[in-house]
Amino acid sequence: MDFAFTEDQEALRDGVRIVLDTECTPDALRAFDIADEAGRAEQSQNRWAVLAELGAPALIVPESADGLGLSDVDLVGVLEEAGRAGLPEPLLETAALAAPTLAALLPDPAAAAALAALVRDDVSFAVGGIDVTPGGLVSPTEVSADGTLRTPRVVGARDAELLLLAVRDAESGWQLHAVAAASCTAVRTPALSASRDLSTVQWPLTSDTLLAYGVAADAAVGLLADRAAAGTAALLIGLADRMVALSAAYAKDRHQFGRPIGSFQAVKHLLADARVALEFARPATYRAAWSLATAQPTLSHDASMAKAMASDAADLAARVALQVHGAIGYTWECDLHFFLKQTWALSRAWGDAATHRRLVLAQLRAR
Amino acid sequence: MDLTFNPEHEVFRAEARAWLAAHVPARPLPSLDTAGGFEAHRAWEHTLFEDRWSVVSWPTEYGGRDVGIFEWLVFEEEYYRARAPKRVSQNGIFLLAPTMLEYGSEAQKARYLPPMAAGDEIWCQGWSEPDAGSDLAGIRSRAARDATGQSWILNGQKTWASRGAFAEWCFGIFRTDPEAERHRGLTYFLIAMDSPGVTVRPIPQIDGETGFAEIFFDNVEVPEDQVLGEVGAGWSVAMATAGSERGLSLRSPARYTEAADRLFQLYASRGGPTASADAVAQAHMDAEAYKLHTYWTASRVARGHAVGPEASCNKIFWSETDVAIHSAALDLLGPEAELLEAGAPGEWLDGYLFSLAGPIYAGTNEIQRNVVAERLLGLPRG
Repeated sequence: MDFAFTEDQEALRDGVRIVLDTECTPDALRAFDIADEAGRAEQSQNRWAVLAELGAPALIVPESADGLGLSDVDLVGVLEEAGRAGLPEPLLETAALAAPTLAALLPDPAAAAALAALVRDDVSFAVGGIDVTPGGLVSPTEVSADGTLRTPRVVGARDAELLLLAVRDAESGWQLHAVAAASCTAVRTPALSASRDLSTVQWPLTSDTLLAYGVAADAAVGLLADRAAAGTAALLIGLADRMVALSAAYAKDRHQFGRPIGSFQAVKHLLADARVALEFARPATYRAAWSLATAQPTLSHDASMAKAMASDAADLAARVALQVHGAIGYTWECDLHFFLKQTWALSRAWGDAATHRRLVLAQLRAR
Repeated sequence: MDLTFNPEHEVFRAEARAWLAAHVPARPLPSLDTAGGFEAHRAWEHTLFEDRWSVVSWPTEYGGRDVGIFEWLVFEEEYYRARAPKRVSQNGIFLLAPTMLEYGSEAQKARYLPPMAAGDEIWCQGWSEPDAGSDLAGIRSRAARDATGQSWILNGQKTWASRGAFAEWCFGIFRTDPEAERHRGLTYFLIAMDSPGVTVRPIPQIDGETGFAEIFFDNVEVPEDQVLGEVGAGWSVAMATAGSERGLSLRSPARYTEAADRLFQLYASRGGPTASADAVAQAHMDAEAYKLHTYWTASRVARGHAVGPEASCNKIFWSETDVAIHSAALDLLGPEAELLEAGAPGEWLDGYLFSLAGPIYAGTNEIQRNVVAERLLGLPRG
């Protein structure tokens, strides 16, 4: 029993934080927010190049496939830092979802080609086609008469050269595809947070792009959803930490009645409740990363628990942060809204807290 | 990172499990807040002590096994899993002993720890006063040196002393320097409850049983060697106890994971009603999150670090988790929840009443929130 990060893991996280403190400042998020699509693409490409230089996208790709050969336990701290910074780029989708999913399918040639693009050409990935519901995973993709598929809310399609897309039909179960951006049409879906790159993607269903089908695809998609829940929990922990820190700093600085508002118990207790929720969501999130890294039989339970607790903790932190900031927090000028909007999106992405509570119960029933 | 117990821990677990299976009374003991129940629980402490299970983490010379923090957590998991009796010696072994091991003289440790471990001497806590609850530094009970300079004379009143009706000893804080600023001038005393001048008035609790008591001190003479720590340093000595009370030792996570498991069984046995689904899942997750957080903190401690100010979050979380678990159980029991029956309904009701004390004792959760805001978030004092 040693529930702790190694010095190397702490150093990796610190390194990522230092880089993001320069590359992903609130001013950078503001510039991103007001940029047009081309401007956002350019800013994202520049930031992605820095992340790629750090090795972040290929962090958990095995060394045999030219990755860094690290584990989900190394990655969780990096994702937490991405959340803290409000990083708009698809690091979760590329490093935590596409990379290990493709690596697990090796030596399949399509998976190998896609993984090589991720590792050697530093391409980012879009991921979509799976919705998490209390009853399990569902496929939101519509099939047209001509066989074209239409998948809503694909994340990261603007800059991706490759899309990892899942689709299920009632008879044959899940299929997993790696689709080149050139062979599909992505129509941007406006979202509250500029940092959420959502598209509706039309793509042709062909065997050329097929990575897995049948039992193998069912397992891969199930694992991908667990990875997404655990990874999104890490982003939310980072966001919650950032919002609590911003609000505590503001409460020390802002004076009313001749005193810092943070000296009032009404304000203290709001922030303390958010801090406590974060304190206990954090080990649940780290445990999910360990369960991923070590393929624990309790992984689905652990990932759902992490997502439920992190979603609730981040939602509470967002609610408290806005209340503590007061009217200034309601303005676009204040930095807070970048983190609020990401939180509101991510707390519901890959299953909200209530959904994951039901999934946890289902896991308990199966024990 | 490794969240599995190592083989030595598992050997220890198997040994504890086997011993508990062979020794835990088949029928629950009578309530420890009755005279008979108190003695029945004391007898159970003797049984634990005889086979060195009463204080596993203590040094062997005082009756322990000198095992590490993970073995202690493993023992607690097995203890709650076995549904073993409540620990009547809890105030002594979990609150006073860590402080005594840190601040006590060798003579004090040798005198007090072994009978505490054996259950021969049960301790109560004399901290709160009628006008010093959350504002603990407002203590007015006082101690002054007698003419010989060899003893202290204690006067005043303590209240809400759990086990106070039946305990042999009391650890308490008294004001020794009335001129000093509030947090200074306090001293930590060890007081025999049969000392002349000590009067105990049991207070019936919400359930009618005498779980706690008022203690009156009328010129009670206490020898110099019953001061714990430095004279005038009582506040910092007491805060060390408060640290263990809120931190790792008062409420082991097993207590909540066991209760959450029973809650899930109750939920399943009632057909898994949708109305309770959220609460049951949340109770399970919160209990498990507290366990994980404890493993996290214990791993820090095992690496030689201090517990850290994050521990101030613990008490808020476990006390509210406890209320939520029991409240969810009463909801599942519905119209049966109010019945004072033996077995499941009455047990959940007892647990619910007990859980409601949690957000109040050991520093109210409102005080704890101030601590979190000031120490962890750096907010200014009000």
